[in-house]
Amino acid sequence: MKHARIAWSGAIHDAVESDGQLLLTQGPHAGRRVAFDEVVWLPPLAPVPQARTVIALGLNYADHAKELAFKAPEEPLAFMKSQASLIGHQALTKRPEGVAYMHYECELAVVIGRTARHVKKADAYDHIAGYTVANDYAIRDYLENWYRPNLRVKNRDTCTPIGPWLVDAADVPNPMALKLQTTVNGKVTQSGSTADMIFDVPTLIEYFSGFMTLHPGDLILTGTPDGIVDCQPGDVIVTEIESIGALTNTIVTPSC
Amino acid sequence: MTAWLPQGTVYGTLLNFRREWDLWSARMTQDPHKAAPRAPVLYVKTANTFGPAGQDLLLQDGVGEVDIGATLGLVVGAQAQVVGAVLVNDWCVPHTSYYRPPVKFRNRDGFLALPAQVTAGQVRDWATLQIEARRNGEVVQTVDLRELMRDLPTLLADVGEFMTLQPGDVLMVGTDCLPDGTRPRAKAGDKVEISAPGFASVVTTVKGLA
Repeated sequence: MKHARIAWSGAIHDAVESDGQLLLTQGPHAGRRVAFDEVVWLPPLAPVPQARTVIALGLNYADHAKELAFKAPEEPLAFMKSQASLIGHQALTKRPEGVAYMHYECELAVVIGRTARHVKKADAYDHIAGYTVANDYAIRDYLENWYRPNLRVKNRDTCTPIGPWLVDAADVPNPMALKLQTTVNGKVTQSGSTADMIFDVPTLIEYFSGFMTLHPGDLILTGTPDGIVDCQPGDVIVTEIESIGALTNTIVTPSC
Repeated sequence: MTAWLPQGTVYGTLLNFRREWDLWSARMTQDPHKAAPRAPVLYVKTANTFGPAGQDLLLQDGVGEVDIGATLGLVVGAQAQVVGAVLVNDWCVPHTSYYRPPVKFRNRDGFLALPAQVTAGQVRDWATLQIEARRNGEVVQTVDLRELMRDLPTLLADVGEFMTLQPGDVLMVGTDCLPDGTRPRAKAGDKVEISAPGFASVVTTVKGLA
């Protein structure tokens, strides 16, 4: 099933995809169907009692590592983001004035479903609730070689669209063989496959749970393949992963 | 009353004390850094690190010793305004490279020791605060907020340039080093206390897996 979290009729609702519409699943409007373009799409994540852990991977595709002139890392290159950087499908993302290079990163996002600590690869899938699509924008002008990638590059307001759907893990039989694609104004600029990750999803869960507890609702953004290009105000960016969804985002100027 | 826990995201600040900056300055222009940091260098302390008042720190997964990180955390309310502050012990695994993000060093379970409660106030109240770190009763470090590279208003402004602090977020202002560039350390069996006038202390017993 594909789950969404939306704002409609003055309140926030949980919904699922049903025949090309959103079927509301709780509250006073449970059972009602609304069209995709009637709602505001929020990140497809249920609220959590404490700050959501958002782990992101750098250089997790061999071709992207090469593109950025690094040799493939020997262990996962991870950084942490805040929940406040997340925004939903069809949102506006701000490009600062005077920067030369702002690029998208289409990423498979793993949502943890069961507390994970000292989990072995073979058991890792038992701890996954589902998958969604993240676009982990970066503004390379702000890259500094201190705890790189630094938060000014990677933890900006509006710069991590995620959604539209949380797809149940049971509906994704092999998350390690999904096509990824990004289009800018309809033109394909990035294409790849999750099969090319350097550290696959079970390996990542074993690695992180080896020194930290992952809680239900926590996220792992698993990195992006080759094919990043600059995005300008007005550009419509669609990051899409086979079987998971197509996440649309529009770049705007700071004054928008 | 249950012990205080942050409601939002907790951020830490690297290299925000003059002594550590000066010790690093000659190397800042060398590889792999190539230049001194311009924006605040931040990191996130994830919720698994939160250790409420009274919780022991358990050293495990191959970690035998930790840096003591006595600092002040600014507690944020509406409109990104500071509404209070807490003393915290921002534990980390000692590390000498600041090139890559410090997830393995800073995001281990229990690696943020918290006090029982928040002290209400405004940033100007803490401009000259002195924080003491004691290990087994002995003072091992005095942290003086007059020695910050970015004072509290400057740090808040420079962070706010690229991200909006949310109600419940905590911004830690940085940890100082000793004259030799290291930080005081703790290992299993130690009792570590962070204290300052007007604040709830943070007292942690460090334990290890046998």
